[in-house]
Amino acid sequence: MLRIPCIHCGPRNAAEFTYLGEERSRPDPNATRPQEWRRYLYMQSNPAGWTTERWFHRDGCRRFFVMERHTVSDEIRAVRRPSAQLRLDPDGAAGAGETDPEGRP
Amino acid sequence: MRSLLSRARRKSSRPQGASGYSALSLFRHGLFGEQWPRAWSTHELAASYDVVIVGGGVHGLATAYHLAADHGIRNVAVLEKSYIGSGASGRNTAIIRSNYLTGEGVDFYQRSLELYEHLAAKLNFNVMFEQRGHLTLAHNDSSLRTMFWRAEVNKIRGVESEVIDPAAVKKLVPYMDVSANARYPILGALYHPPGGIIRHDAVVWGYARGADALGVQIHQNTEVLSVHARDGKVDGVVTTKGPIAAPVVINCTAGWSSRIAAMAGVELPILTFPLQAAVTEPVQFFLDPVVVSGTLHVYVNQTTRGELVFGASVDPYPSYSTRGSLEFTEELAGHVLQLMPSLAQLRVLRQWAGICDMTPDFSPIIGATPVDGFYVDVGWGTYGFKAGPVAGEAMAALIATGRTPEIIEPFALSRFDDGRLVGEKGAASVGH
Repeated sequence: MLRIPCIHCGPRNAAEFTYLGEERSRPDPNATRPQEWRRYLYMQSNPAGWTTERWFHRDGCRRFFVMERHTVSDEIRAVRRPSAQLRLDPDGAAGAGETDPEGRP
Repeated sequence: MRSLLSRARRKSSRPQGASGYSALSLFRHGLFGEQWPRAWSTHELAASYDVVIVGGGVHGLATAYHLAADHGIRNVAVLEKSYIGSGASGRNTAIIRSNYLTGEGVDFYQRSLELYEHLAAKLNFNVMFEQRGHLTLAHNDSSLRTMFWRAEVNKIRGVESEVIDPAAVKKLVPYMDVSANARYPILGALYHPPGGIIRHDAVVWGYARGADALGVQIHQNTEVLSVHARDGKVDGVVTTKGPIAAPVVINCTAGWSSRIAAMAGVELPILTFPLQAAVTEPVQFFLDPVVVSGTLHVYVNQTTRGELVFGASVDPYPSYSTRGSLEFTEELAGHVLQLMPSLAQLRVLRQWAGICDMTPDFSPIIGATPVDGFYVDVGWGTYGFKAGPVAGEAMAALIATGRTPEIIEPFALSRFDDGRLVGEKGAASVGH
């Protein structure tokens, strides 16, 4: 079973967590075209390798964090707090803003 | 004279090469101790083929068989990175049914069930299809409502399917706890008599033997490393055994389908999740139908050997790993015992996982892609095995005629651009 190092609680069993999906930028819902919005909703990069994803510590601190995981070996590399810029991208540009390496929003 | 001729013609369309299996041939081999001929042959990889199929599971082999048998396209290579049936085709729980939720889904899976019913005779290979019935239990009002909904959709489409009460469930499965005191009392069930189980390896071997006899080449231990496309048109693949030129490449993989598609530059709305299953020691036959509970995330059937096969829903996060987990077995055992408490003494023999390509609407993706000549038969989630024959038949027709058969039109990749999803979650997420 996967042990996930929660940024607030330390390593805990994966059963306590909810997987929320690949970390990616959301187009502005007021400015985007339907095709772009559907792309955001449905398309996945689904790599067989390292991926950056958002998790929720449902049965613990109930806080969100971002983690890098290898999807073939289930190895976990880095865990950080979610960056505010990644949540909403007002310019609609792909890739979103810079991420604070310390994890501060 | 005419009937003789037509009989001769019919005979010639049967798989040749390997001698036909029959009671007489079994007797002869038993009597003289002759070696059985190999069911399919091995070949050197050629430099080019008319059609290259990536993935030697039930979908790839059924497509190859139908290309050769229905359309005379025999210069076909099936590429499998391991041995045939080593992926999802050999890891599923071998349940066949057609009681889906959407009209499109019901028509599609019903055609597959019909093909499965006649598959053994068609392939001259015993696939051990047992139509023992399929029960989907409802433990709350909302699932009962979905059962009625499914039953009505099924009936309109001519599929045998009805909602039955707990007493009728008890009659079908005497060991089931249908009392009102159960932790999750059974309020009713969707009963689908034509559903059942099949021997999944035999289906793979039968299609392989049938396709091989018609001239299709099956290449095992041949992994595709890249797919070549030029000016928006596919022109071949590179494998671990060398390059192959081909104007048509069909992606029939499961688990790795989004990786193969990415090689051709095609993006798919797929996330890959492991799905675990487990099997117990064999016991005397007591469970006739397949029993499914969406609320308890479990499905159970008893194989011809007497083992109980258990399955569940996919793991809670995407992964390409096929590792089993203790959490899975623990939860599964708990849920099975809530349904049938008398199984408490049974021991689990082994557990395994397969990887499943989940789409946003729990329906597959079949048909052409933006890259000319590159076709997909993917996104089969947890319901791919039961669709093998119809997907093979329809894909072969698409390749041969260039026209998308009506039965797979709703499942085009373009539906995600157009917002025309085929929502099957209500009947496909755990319902096997």
